[in-house]
Amino acid sequence: MSYTVAPMRKAFGAFMTVLATGCALLLALPLFSILWTVISRGMSGLSLAVFTELPPPPLMQGGGFGNAILGSLTVLAIAALISVPFGIMAAIFVSEFARGTKFANFVRFGINVLSGVPSIIMGLFAYAVVVLTTGTFSALAGGVALAILMIPIVERTAEEGLKSVPMETRQGAIGVGATNFQTISQIVLPAALPSIATGVTLSLARAAGETAPLLITALFNNFYAQGILQPIATLPVLIYNFAGAPYKNQQDLAWVASLLIVTLILIVSIVARSFARRQHFG
Amino acid sequence: MTVSNTQPNPSSAATSEVVISTEKVNIFYGAFHAVRDVYMDIARNQVTAFIGPSGCGKSTLLRCFNRLNDLIPSARVDGRIMFEGTDLYNKQTDPVEVRRRIGMVFQKPNPFPKSIYDNIAFGARINGFKGNMDELVERSLKRAALWDEVKDKLKQSGLSLSGGQQQRLCIARAIAIQPEVILMDEPCSALDPISTLRVEDLMHELKQQFTIIIVTHNMQQASRVADMTAFFNAEAAEGGGRFGYLVEYDRTQNIFNAPQQKSTQDYVSGRFG
Repeated sequence: MSYTVAPMRKAFGAFMTVLATGCALLLALPLFSILWTVISRGMSGLSLAVFTELPPPPLMQGGGFGNAILGSLTVLAIAALISVPFGIMAAIFVSEFARGTKFANFVRFGINVLSGVPSIIMGLFAYAVVVLTTGTFSALAGGVALAILMIPIVERTAEEGLKSVPMETRQGAIGVGATNFQTISQIVLPAALPSIATGVTLSLARAAGETAPLLITALFNNFYAQGILQPIATLPVLIYNFAGAPYKNQQDLAWVASLLIVTLILIVSIVARSFARRQHFG
Repeated sequence: MTVSNTQPNPSSAATSEVVISTEKVNIFYGAFHAVRDVYMDIARNQVTAFIGPSGCGKSTLLRCFNRLNDLIPSARVDGRIMFEGTDLYNKQTDPVEVRRRIGMVFQKPNPFPKSIYDNIAFGARINGFKGNMDELVERSLKRAALWDEVKDKLKQSGLSLSGGQQQRLCIARAIAIQPEVILMDEPCSALDPISTLRVEDLMHELKQQFTIIIVTHNMQQASRVADMTAFFNAEAAEGGGRFGYLVEYDRTQNIFNAPQQKSTQDYVSGRFG
């Protein structure tokens, strides 16, 4: 019997290893390319003014997009206020009260379908429900559109988090005389908090960059919005508007805004990962 | 099939007060008949061990004593389980109150993902404890023989402890709500021999104040800790499947040295199971 590997097999193995490594590197390439472009084009325009000043009219120099930064935060806050309670409640229902039932499977299926719906459709939905009824494009409409986008992500990660809490932990709580509500609110939910936080931050990162639904809900505003029932500027829509404009100053601002949004999403994703690492049992 | 006389030996149980008594208890999971016709009296301030091969229904029966089987939707209990004169499965009986008075220690140590302090305080708090919480935590941990090891790190997570310490934490958690009975479902099966001995020593201490029912696969453990021992066995049912039943229930020394039934003899001498 021979213990040497046949040369063909060895060569094939080496080839496949190189191929797999190459594919992995190729995958990371777009990310680094985007980062490089955004940093190199946006860094030079970064100044305090972009955070405080209003968008400049065509052919004017300087200016900033303080209103779009504040607008993005406003719309995201509204979206989070709607999607977080709904998503978490739905996850608690599916994982704690209806586990294994047909209805739970139906809800989960619905959420999966919802997560596959294109974001422009969510924008149309918010347009029909909020814009048409209130009669105005607004932060609220944008928040509703983004909330629908976020709910599936929040629900799914929260459900995973709740399910990763061992059954024994629940039984332990019930064993010392806790009611169902006490078990879930005081033992299971706190234990699942890291994953819930991960889901919320990831969904925020995802929603922060959405443009299409905001175009038909939040629209844009060259000034600071005076309330949530007014058209409002957001970073993605600002990028959309300015990147296509024929004026150099506006294009430069679009790059700065891109840098800002990419950095924000990167930071949020890293924060989300650090949350995820904190959860462990046993 | 010869069903044995499952009544306990009158000379043994009559000497002490009965806390839990079962009458013709049958347990089903859906159509599956898991446990058949159990009659037994559990004596106060004694350690009662349930032994028997896997699938004989000993854990199933134990989990009926604090209505933990309520969590399994298909589970159903027939017959009566009397606890201090109340039928545990009466419609008026609140399972939450049952679990407060009949505590439980599980097979796998399952501390809450909270601090050591909060692991003890949680049960007391939800049951409306108004006294000095620090004192209760200290007292419970001392009685579970864990205080000296954790007194300087009460803020740390209960999950940071070793397996044996976690299980003693779970015992401390159970005694903190001052139950009358503590059910232990194979409490040492996940522990090393030294931790096992510590938990067994603890049981001798705790039976001064609590009634303890322990399910164990380890016959030496039953002979070391138990005053009374119940031997369960599983038998093939006519319609297929297996059901568990109580074979013999007596003083531990009688079960191990002079069993009345042949299957008990075979089991305790290691011929099966």
